[in-house]
Amino acid sequence: MRKIWLITKREYLSRVTKKTFIVMTILGPILIALFYAVIIGISINQKTGERTKTIGVIDHSGLFANSLINPPKVNFIYADTSLSNINFEVDGWLIIPKDFTLGSPKRLLYKSTQAPTLDIQGKLTRAIESATKNKKLILNGLRQTFLDSLNLNISMTTMEINKSGELTNSKAELNFGLGVAFAFIIYFFIFMYGVQVMRGVMEEKTNRIVEIIISSVKPFQLMMGKILGIAMVGLTQFLIWIGLSGVLMAFISLTFALPMDTISNTIGESGGAQNQGIPNIMNAFFDLDIGFYALIFLFYFLFGYLLYSAMFAAVGSAVDSESDTQQFMLPITLPLIISFATSFSILSSDPNGSMATFMSIFPLSSPIIMMVRLPFNPPWEELALSMIVLVATFIVFTWLAGRIYKVGILAIGKKPTYKQLFKWMLLK
Amino acid sequence: MNLLEIKNVSKYYATHKALENVSLSVPEGCIYGLLGPNGAGKTTLIRIINQIATLDAGSIIFDKEPLNQKHIYNIGYLPEERGLYKKQKVWDQMIYFGQLKGLSTAEAKKRSETWLLKFDLMPWKNKKVEELSKGMQQKVQFIITVLHRPRLLILDEPFTGFDPINAEIIKNEIKALKASGTTIVYSTHRMESVEEICDNICLLNRANKILDGSVKDIKMANSKNLFEIIFEGQIPEWIEIVSHEKLEDGQCKVIFNAGHMNRSEIIKRLASEVNIWSFREVVPSIHQLFIDKVKEVNHA
Repeated sequence: MRKIWLITKREYLSRVTKKTFIVMTILGPILIALFYAVIIGISINQKTGERTKTIGVIDHSGLFANSLINPPKVNFIYADTSLSNINFEVDGWLIIPKDFTLGSPKRLLYKSTQAPTLDIQGKLTRAIESATKNKKLILNGLRQTFLDSLNLNISMTTMEINKSGELTNSKAELNFGLGVAFAFIIYFFIFMYGVQVMRGVMEEKTNRIVEIIISSVKPFQLMMGKILGIAMVGLTQFLIWIGLSGVLMAFISLTFALPMDTISNTIGESGGAQNQGIPNIMNAFFDLDIGFYALIFLFYFLFGYLLYSAMFAAVGSAVDSESDTQQFMLPITLPLIISFATSFSILSSDPNGSMATFMSIFPLSSPIIMMVRLPFNPPWEELALSMIVLVATFIVFTWLAGRIYKVGILAIGKKPTYKQLFKWMLLK
Repeated sequence: MNLLEIKNVSKYYATHKALENVSLSVPEGCIYGLLGPNGAGKTTLIRIINQIATLDAGSIIFDKEPLNQKHIYNIGYLPEERGLYKKQKVWDQMIYFGQLKGLSTAEAKKRSETWLLKFDLMPWKNKKVEELSKGMQQKVQFIITVLHRPRLLILDEPFTGFDPINAEIIKNEIKALKASGTTIVYSTHRMESVEEICDNICLLNRANKILDGSVKDIKMANSKNLFEIIFEGQIPEWIEIVSHEKLEDGQCKVIFNAGHMNRSEIIKRLASEVNIWSFREVVPSIHQLFIDKVKEVNHA
């Protein structure tokens, strides 16, 4: 045990003291915060900063005089067909041809100095379409007041019934967001640190340090020490990120308290249903059992990483150069990529469906998929089964990987085939 | 007493045999030359002693006990392919490897300092290994091998990569280690230094042992009782000439087979007939023996 500890310590310290680690660890949250600031900035700009466009309407058909409904951010101005009263500036002209009738609507014409966006084109055609439809409905005996009453704006409040039968506010948006965040973080960390394990193993193999080390320690101890050391690097980085992000978030929300209100207001304006979105999410977030989530997250984070990095270590031991790793990397990374890709569809369709259930128990996908499901309260027995299967697979895979590793680190030369790797597993 | 006994050891790989029924004994406190051409099985044998590789048949006794995991603290190994962590500082690395070999941190520090002073590496203590010259890296590697004061030191081609001056320093360190009681297995396919530093040797070829014993005994056994004299005068008729050569100043160099006569008889007889300038026994060099034996076996 002392040796695994020594190796873990060396792996940890040699990585944590690297300049790239320190830079990434400090810059990471700043970059993420910047990224969000830019996104929020852009969306505020779009909602509030978008200029109302003035569109001149020249109606040769005479059907729509002053009767078009202004779409959002568009203002119609009507020009005389003789074009005599034009003393205003417009962004474009919408021309309705003379032969445009309610029975046979003809193609419209739009003229402007700047090419119109798809958004404007859609708004204009929809305005004419709905005006035409309304006129036809009135012609067929419906009253305008009745038509106005058809414009509905219905919103919905979602409630959740918890185990003890109480109603709570639904946290659908938050659940979705948490699911995505969990899936992304676990995927990202397994990949990033798994590859570091592989590189570390290859470094020792190609530098021939390994022969000296394993004349002092068992290959399995070396492999485990390396995997654990890098796991601790990952945890350290993650914890620092959480800490720094918290500080940054607090700083941002204090500094920009007013603009944050504006955001929720503008979002509220554009879509009535999300009116109480932001405060709701805030409340829901504080309702969560954060301690429980954190524990489960740590579990899947750790064992998912351990399972995959054992395989990465085996690959690193089997090859001599980075370019040879591709062939063996694919079968390892495939389940990871597939689970990450499916996590979105699982989130948006059925987080407790049979596909999701299977993938959250299957050990190669469970670290990502079970974390995605977690905010949607999966049955506890599925959670327990998934955890047990993951730990059991971790033990078996690490044992097998250790056997490949033991032979691989001393085998220099030709790249082995899958058949050989299999044989290595069975060697005594 | 033998520190290490290899008994009927065999090792097979999928496509070839690496060692076949090899037995040898390494007496305590000697320098034991493990010789053989490339691919003879030297490295495999060394890896088995280091418990890096397993053996398929046979047994190994270390200090009267079957070789086991605890013996790694008594063995130091300098592999032919050297390796250090390039990005790690010399000092940290020495402590780390010392600890892996069971030293306490304090002890590892104390010993590292002594060795760094001895090899004039103190100014490089906090440099990364990659900043050192190749010779200095080799010295660091050597220190790491001997830091835990192993009873058995296994050196695989220890002089490669050293200039003659540093090779001399290392050679003296090896001799000093022997003087302090360390048993040393010295593996090489270069013969130059073998006679100078080895007490015993074993010659491996194609997975088999073809010769072993003390250097003196092997030379005696392979001596053909040849002598070389340089003299002035007529070549005596009673000697069985193998080769002769006229030198300047009327001198003559003759190599002859003394047959059943012994050294003092020859000298007495020669001295009465010619003016002797030099007289020596022609002993086969280990280098020559190595080549002859390997050829002999490979042609058989």
